Amino acid sequence: MANPKQQRAGLLQGTLDMLILRTLLYGPSHGHQIGKHIQRTTNDFLQMQHGSLYPALHRLEKRGWVVSKWEMAPDRNREFKYYRLTDKGRKQLVVEESQWKQMAEAVARIMWPAAEES
Amino acid sequence: MTWWQIRKRDADVERELQSDLELEEEEQREHGVPPEEARHAALRSFGNPTLISEQTRAVWSWNGLESLLRDLRISVRTLFRSPGFSIIAVLVMALCIGATTSLFTVVRSVLLRPLPFRDPDRLVMIYEHFRDPSMNAQQFNYNAVAPADYYDWRTQPHGFDDMAAWRWWQFTLTGERGELPELVSARGGTWNLFPLLGVNAVIGRKFTESEDRPDGNAVMLTWNLFERRFGGNPSIVGRQIHLDGKPYTVIGVLPKWFTYPDAKIQVWVPYASGLPPAILQHHDFHFSRVVARLKPDVSLANALSQVEAVQYRLHLQNLNAQVAEDVASRTLIQDLAQDVKKPLIILLCAVTCMLLIGCLNVANLMVARSAARQKEIAVRSALGARKMTLIREQLVESLLVSLAGGITGVLLSLAATKWLVTTWTDLPSARSVHADGVVLAFACALFISAALLAGLLAAISSTGKQGIAALQASSRSAAGSQARTALRKTLLTVEIATTVVLLTAAGLLLKSFWRLRTTDVGCATDNVLTMGYSLPAKKYDSPEKMNAFNETLLEQVRAMPGVRAAALGSMVPGAGAGEDDSFTIPEHPPIAPGTALPDALYRTSDPGYFIALQIPLLKGRFFTSGDRAGRPKTIIINRLLAQQYFPGEDPLGKHLHVAARGNSDYEIVGVVADTLYQVGQPVKATMYFPVLNGGNDMGLTLAVRAAADPLSFSVPIQKKIAELDPELPVSDVLTIQQIIERSLGNASLSASLVLGFAVLSLILASVGLYGVLSYLTMQRTGEIGVRMALGAQREEVLRLMLGDGLRPALYGLTLGLAASIGAVRLIRSMLYGTRPLDPAIFASVAATLLVVAVFACLVPAWRASRIDPMQALRTE
Repeated sequence: MANPKQQRAGLLQGTLDMLILRTLLYGPSHGHQIGKHIQRTTNDFLQMQHGSLYPALHRLEKRGWVVSKWEMAPDRNREFKYYRLTDKGRKQLVVEESQWKQMAEAVARIMWPAAEES
Repeated sequence: MTWWQIRKRDADVERELQSDLELEEEEQREHGVPPEEARHAALRSFGNPTLISEQTRAVWSWNGLESLLRDLRISVRTLFRSPGFSIIAVLVMALCIGATTSLFTVVRSVLLRPLPFRDPDRLVMIYEHFRDPSMNAQQFNYNAVAPADYYDWRTQPHGFDDMAAWRWWQFTLTGERGELPELVSARGGTWNLFPLLGVNAVIGRKFTESEDRPDGNAVMLTWNLFERRFGGNPSIVGRQIHLDGKPYTVIGVLPKWFTYPDAKIQVWVPYASGLPPAILQHHDFHFSRVVARLKPDVSLANALSQVEAVQYRLHLQNLNAQVAEDVASRTLIQDLAQDVKKPLIILLCAVTCMLLIGCLNVANLMVARSAARQKEIAVRSALGARKMTLIREQLVESLLVSLAGGITGVLLSLAATKWLVTTWTDLPSARSVHADGVVLAFACALFISAALLAGLLAAISSTGKQGIAALQASSRSAAGSQARTALRKTLLTVEIATTVVLLTAAGLLLKSFWRLRTTDVGCATDNVLTMGYSLPAKKYDSPEKMNAFNETLLEQVRAMPGVRAAALGSMVPGAGAGEDDSFTIPEHPPIAPGTALPDALYRTSDPGYFIALQIPLLKGRFFTSGDRAGRPKTIIINRLLAQQYFPGEDPLGKHLHVAARGNSDYEIVGVVADTLYQVGQPVKATMYFPVLNGGNDMGLTLAVRAAADPLSFSVPIQKKIAELDPELPVSDVLTIQQIIERSLGNASLSASLVLGFAVLSLILASVGLYGVLSYLTMQRTGEIGVRMALGAQREEVLRLMLGDGLRPALYGLTLGLAASIGAVRLIRSMLYGTRPLDPAIFASVAATLLVVAVFACLVPAWRASRIDPMQALRTE
């Protein structure tokens, strides 16, 4: 309603984890911020489904890539659950990033073979 | 992960979503959305919070405990959905686990747990052992030790740390002025007995060597007497009590846990205290038990061989006395448990059989139920439930049933153990029988293995077939479930076979018990009341005083209205072996040196004894009132003694020389019929001495034959005794029938327990049979409908279904009878007058089982034959 007919893409399977990890590289943030950040940065192209965001956050936490802590928000006088990247998470981000790059290149080679030739 | 951590995490997820949702709402407001709409807008952009929180939690919920909790929830719900099944299963488990745990508690306390003494593994009992084969045949090869033998063993070099002896005794305990007379069970222990066992007095001290003498007058109280009679007042130590009218000084109190060798003992005196010094020098007065402690570095065989050498020398030095050639030993724990070991093991076997049947039955019930839920399971596995999950669910279910059963069972077993210990009088009471950690662990292991057995059988059978096939299998295709039916039938066969073994054992034990019950002991047993008393030697210090009391009492009792006859003697038939003495026959050539003297049971009787107890006279005469102290010495023998030692000659007028009874010759004046000293034991040669001879007898038994209701005479007779001597306590007021029943109590107990287990197993097996057939009928409703629509007769259907149910019963019966033939070997030695392969028992077991099986099958088979074909086909 706010953005009628606007094209919205679902997230490609498996990329959400990478996007969250990348977002957290800027510093600790809570779930709402992460969602908003991804949505805003892609000009609302990637619609954040809360139904996948929170399970994803907890999955990352379970795997030890992020840790969480209840902290006071600087602007609001309230506690939020802040997620922070761990060293293990930083390593994972590198892995996922390189995998994504390979994937994107592979897809690109099929889609735009001419570009590859030039 | 524990459940509170899960709770905490769940709360954390809730809080996180809540705070982020509120933030969204605030932001909506900051963007100018009216407050009342902000919440809705926030929710819209957020999505369904409940769903999100569930999905988020699901990330974690693969953890073991959480899925276990889920399984538990499902299982509890499933169990509550069919309460009938659950209650039956739990009850079956409770019964089986309870019974098994109880018996294990007893077995552990009696056979397995170490004795509460210092280094109990190195304590052994040493007995005299005769080479005479007739003694070994009667299992007399563990013979009590004579005092002089014990003293010689101890003073000669031996390989033991030390040896101690104790003897049986009984006292009349009174206060200092003869008040509150009470008959107390006592033991005389050598001064080194308590140090050897490692037992210390809790109050006061132990015996010293100088007190262990014939004139010693020290006494130690057991805790029981100390608490009961002296109110637990420690000032009793150092004071005097009177035993048989003689003052004794209390020097100490034994600890509460010390109940060796039996819990009825009230006082301990030193071994030699109160014994005539001459007795201590006898090598053939067998009345002591010897406990020895092995040295750590000496083997039992080694230590024993030295004692054996001493004993053989003693034998050679006393060739004409009953001095054994060898010694025999067994560990203290074996010694305490020997009478109950066999029945205990048999009961444990029986109860294990019942446990097995119980498990199989629960497995059977679960297989039946999982078969009924077959479609549900198929749908779930089609929707992606993994096979492991389904098996786990089944296991959790059987675990729950077993756990509930186990807890109920353990509670049940606490009560059952208590009952068993009070009823089973043979159980050694040197140690308390109670449940401990090991027993609890045993019960846990039991219920877990029961759960695994029951659950796995059911789970494997129900998940064996996958997915679509089960969905397609309609109720008409009986083939689809054939494998499962086969499994159930196999379970049933095993159940029935085990039941047959139990029934056979129970039948044999019962028949043997019935034989014992109906044995003729050889005297009047109806309406005969007996009671014991023992005249204290201090007050009745001459035969005349004793006779005066005894004759007055007899006269008064015989004059009581309703009393037919009264007898006075040392014992009545059926009351046990009592003492025995060796004798020689002066008219016969002397016995060759090196052979043991003949011996016979020692009894005393008054002139009216045999008439009152209706023991027939075969030859000669009964005693008269002239047969008493100071007159010619006379004796009456039983038929067996006459037969054994006077074959082909007239014993009347001959003499028996009895060394132990005044070392004099007794003229045989009569021969009476045989009586049994104990039911189930062969007759022994018996000598009857006139009770009017006086002498220091252990005690007397007054037997009164009444017209009816003998027990109603007990109080009037006790009053008569109190009138004659108010300080004289009366003991063991029992009818002869009660005495016999008491001696059979343990045989009756094990027979009825095994029977109880067998009957329960029979019920379980028939319930199993009924369940299987009911299930089959339900499954084949469609098929039967078709058969009937095509013209099958109701009788044919009935026959078909009956045959289906009876086949496993027949297989089980055959298998069980075959197994019984092997199993009865175990109980052979417990049978009396019953052959182990008694055809009547085997036949009646088979008949009982068949009848029960037919009844169990008849109801479902009849139901099947009543099926309305139209109804059956329509419901398809």
